[in-house]
Amino acid sequence: MRIGFFVTCLVDAMRPSIGFASVALLEAAGCEVTIPDAQTCCGQPGFNSGDRTSGTALGLAFLRDFESFDAIVAPSGSCIGMIRDYPALFTDDLALQARFNVLIAKCYELSDFLVNHAPKPLSAGQLNLAVSYHDSCTGLRQLSVKAQPRFLLQQTQGIELREMKDAEICCGFGGSFSIKLGDIATQMADKKCTHALETGCDAVVGGDLGCLLNIEGRLRRRGDQHTQVKHVAEVLAESLVNTQLEQS
Amino acid sequence: MKISSEQFKGNARKQLANEALQSNLSRFGGGFADRRRDAVVKVDDFEALRDRGASIRAEVLENLDYWLLKFEAEAQRRGTQVHWAETGAEANQILLNIARNAGVQRVVKSKSMVSEESGLNEVLTEAGITVTETDLGEYILQLANEPPSHIIAPAIHKSREEVSDLFEKHHGTPRTDDIPALCEEARGQLRPHFLAAEMGVSGGNFLIAETGSVTIVTNEGNGRMVTTLPRVHVAMTGIEKVLPTLEDLSAILRLLPRSATGQDITNYVSILTGVRDEGALDGPQENHVILVDNGRSRLLGGDLHDALRCIRCGACMNHCPVYQNIGGHAYGWVYPGPIGAILTPAFLGLEKALDLPQASTLCAACEVVCPVRIPLPDLMRVLREKELTQGLRPWHEQLSIRLWRWLALHPGLYAFAARWGTRVLRWLAGRDRLLHSLPGLDGWTDGRDMPAPQGETFRDQWRKKQAAERKIIPIRVDQSLPEKTAGLKK
Repeated sequence: MRIGFFVTCLVDAMRPSIGFASVALLEAAGCEVTIPDAQTCCGQPGFNSGDRTSGTALGLAFLRDFESFDAIVAPSGSCIGMIRDYPALFTDDLALQARFNVLIAKCYELSDFLVNHAPKPLSAGQLNLAVSYHDSCTGLRQLSVKAQPRFLLQQTQGIELREMKDAEICCGFGGSFSIKLGDIATQMADKKCTHALETGCDAVVGGDLGCLLNIEGRLRRRGDQHTQVKHVAEVLAESLVNTQLEQS
Repeated sequence: MKISSEQFKGNARKQLANEALQSNLSRFGGGFADRRRDAVVKVDDFEALRDRGASIRAEVLENLDYWLLKFEAEAQRRGTQVHWAETGAEANQILLNIARNAGVQRVVKSKSMVSEESGLNEVLTEAGITVTETDLGEYILQLANEPPSHIIAPAIHKSREEVSDLFEKHHGTPRTDDIPALCEEARGQLRPHFLAAEMGVSGGNFLIAETGSVTIVTNEGNGRMVTTLPRVHVAMTGIEKVLPTLEDLSAILRLLPRSATGQDITNYVSILTGVRDEGALDGPQENHVILVDNGRSRLLGGDLHDALRCIRCGACMNHCPVYQNIGGHAYGWVYPGPIGAILTPAFLGLEKALDLPQASTLCAACEVVCPVRIPLPDLMRVLREKELTQGLRPWHEQLSIRLWRWLALHPGLYAFAARWGTRVLRWLAGRDRLLHSLPGLDGWTDGRDMPAPQGETFRDQWRKKQAAERKIIPIRVDQSLPEKTAGLKK
């Protein structure tokens, strides 16, 4: 299965390790991974700020870069959610819209892809870590990503999943919201941190880097320097490396 | 009602620092949401019910003129007088005229959000008419001289202690913190007003076209007394509240209380039709309905049309993390929360409420509970688009969006910008690899650090790895597509 991997702009710039972890997981799940070099962004920052052209122009760019693959995977529910909205932006060109409909049917959030659509299931890794999973909004509500990352975490030997209170409530990121209305965003992030820490977890884990930066930023400002904040791909890739080390 | 939606950011900041409010919000926070969750699972297929609710409301709005005229004809046939008001001020004037003609000096009111829109109480008071709010929450707010902060629980921002203080001050009775005792006290205070008032003013949850009836949905019983004891009853409501039939009402009534308070049904559902029958013992001798537009018809057929489906259950605010952190007053007008973020700019004008459509993470917690499936995040996005295209956003925001889009459409330049941007950020970060302040991004860094980029961008690292290991994958170019920006309206 030929996978086009959409890195997403945040992972590309801020935390490349999530990208490498995702590629490792996809390969472990039997995929041939390609990373089109011309990819940039899905357009969501502009689109959600009211710039429709960001959605249409970058949607066309995305179509050009990714249409030829068997499936397209991104380590973000948020970006895949934006991509799934593309067809609605092309109501005046039915042929193009049809192509977008074909495209979006094969676009997946990483954990969803690994559990439900990958050529072979991901083998269980090993990692001693108590984690609490934060549900990112678009993944949860638009893509029904809820059980998939938990399944992958729970099949890992040594991982203990501790559910936090209000795991489904937004952390306050919301793209430019986190800057435009920073006071409110900070208080939302603060509550998320409190609920995560109440579980006594070693790591807050999520599937969207935007939320993770928001949560980590608030944790550090609160003076917490030790609670890890990780993408689910990083945790899983690490757990697989441990298993491979044991076997070799 | 005094409008402060223009100062949303300042309002929100004040409310975040308001310890009493924060404590009240966290004490009840999520209470209605939990109750809704428990209530909807008891219904066989609540999602199908939401579909039904959405389609009933959507179909009414398709032919709103027809259903309103039908309502008017049926109401008139049963002795109800129907009045049409284009604005809130006009509605107030109509009501004042009715009061004057009937020699009214005392008015009792049950909850009406439309009368909050029009500022009815101030107008009546200025005309020398005594107005008493009889919904417990509204009564408390009348004593406190505050606007509601929630559409179904108007005094949700007040603690029992604050209510005790108010009652002690205004009633001159011994202080009590006991909630049943406080309710009893309010009941005792209100009774003489019910008995003395010549006019009762209510809202109207729904207008039933086939019978010309006004439906009100309440929990306290005050609505019944307001609409039946005084000799004149006036219902003031929005033109969008019409439903074709009682059958439609019964479907909507399965949705409304469950979505609002998690009740299977409210304590009272009143269907008020016509005037007192000859020889009957109760009911108003004069019955009026004022149908208020106040900006609603402007939304019909436009890109905010779907917001008119709203049945005012409050589920969107009960589930909104932004509302739950700042309360309803911050929104600065009658309707707070996600629906307020759409209705306030729609009714008052976008320039009066620029921050409201931005006051959302678009988390969609509202959308998935809305009983009539209003696409609230999409409508907020529509308003954001209007703000941008009408040049109502700050110049630096407009510029940065354009610049960002231009870069994102030029992959080489974008990669270059990402490469250098991450280098600068890493250089600015301290030894702890955190950015504690960033010029222009103080909205973020005032309350949070920004973790610095890890190192080189993913794609730079990947390209090097590819070059070392194998070949670079060429970009596939599809000639059948138009150029990235060609043919697109700027």
